[in-house]
Amino acid sequence: MWKWITKYASPMHFYLLANRLTPWFGWSAAVLFAVGLYGAFFYAPADYQQGESFRIIYIHVPSAWMSMFVYMVMAGAGAAGLIWKTKVSDAVARSCAPLGASFTFLALATGSLWGKPMWGTWWVWDARLTSELILLFLYLGYIALQSAIDDRRTAARAGAILALVGVVNIPIIHYSVIWWNTLHQGPTISKLDSPSIHIDMLIPLLVMALAFNLYFAAMVLIRARMEIVEQEKNSKWVQELIVDKVSV
Amino acid sequence: MNPKRKKLLFTVIFIVAGVGIATGLALMAFQENLLYFYSPTQIKDGEAPGNRNFRIGGLVVNGSVVRNPENLQVSFTLTDTMNNVDVSYDGILPDLFREGQGIVANGAINSDGVFIANEVLAKHDENYMPAEVADALERAGVEHNYKNNQALP
Repeated sequence: MWKWITKYASPMHFYLLANRLTPWFGWSAAVLFAVGLYGAFFYAPADYQQGESFRIIYIHVPSAWMSMFVYMVMAGAGAAGLIWKTKVSDAVARSCAPLGASFTFLALATGSLWGKPMWGTWWVWDARLTSELILLFLYLGYIALQSAIDDRRTAARAGAILALVGVVNIPIIHYSVIWWNTLHQGPTISKLDSPSIHIDMLIPLLVMALAFNLYFAAMVLIRARMEIVEQEKNSKWVQELIVDKVSV
Repeated sequence: MNPKRKKLLFTVIFIVAGVGIATGLALMAFQENLLYFYSPTQIKDGEAPGNRNFRIGGLVVNGSVVRNPENLQVSFTLTDTMNNVDVSYDGILPDLFREGQGIVANGAINSDGVFIANEVLAKHDENYMPAEVADALERAGVEHNYKNNQALP
């Protein structure tokens, strides 16, 4: 196991592995998106209370989950980069930020579209919405920090510390609806005692969540490959790679 | 793991734990202000601010909604199953507003103890089910709606 990790901590081996894995993740994400969207529109019944409008859940909830999951990946990779000084983890952390910011934006935008017809307002400053907005600012701050520092090592270290400080926001987002009175309703899926969502509605949601995860995996590998090539542009293997590509 | 890595690992843990504890303490200190709304019981106990606008959350009591046919004036009673507060509102209600629904209203209490709302928002619960299932549950007499509703503190 340790040997395996150290092997793929080398930029070249990681690049080649990522190259092989990307199409698998990408294509399975595409298939699951098709299945999930079909399920969301045609298989899942309309909600007893919210009617057809509730179907936005199939974008809103997976985006919101991903916004938090991607942040944990980013902070985890950042921490690994700080401790073991692996270049691959720096590349992964950097690649996560724009993806996580997009998921966060998507969660906020779809939530706003959902809030208007159901709650009667686009936005309220309750604990859930506000903490999710802070998450967006954390991502944007991370991206800004990366582009403000020219030296990649320094940028990665500064970004990792920012990401680690921001980790505190993740449990706040998750538990905000339990700790405080919020307009946003409580958790549906992670509540273990009684199922709060009908099984026919749940299945497409889980398919969509899996599709979002695979999409993220494919995208983060593509981005990390670009980061690695740029980071290692003076190394022999990257130059050989480019020569190979050109001669083919 | 060599000593230097170990030191870095502890630094990382220290940052996360330190920020976590600091934030936790800050949030506990601000607890009151982070509440998006007060429940009727909290209002009865005098926890709600008397001199400024605040929000109230609760369930609309069945049969309590009275509409004025002339204008948009509507009055209803909110409950958290223990205490009730009468609410008066002049404006358009959200689509989800109905008897038994959880709602959040923004406004202030007048001298008669009536909450004069200037905004009413619907709070839906975390349950999703097809209409047939909801009907079947209702027929079976199961209290499916608000049993676990977060609107009730």
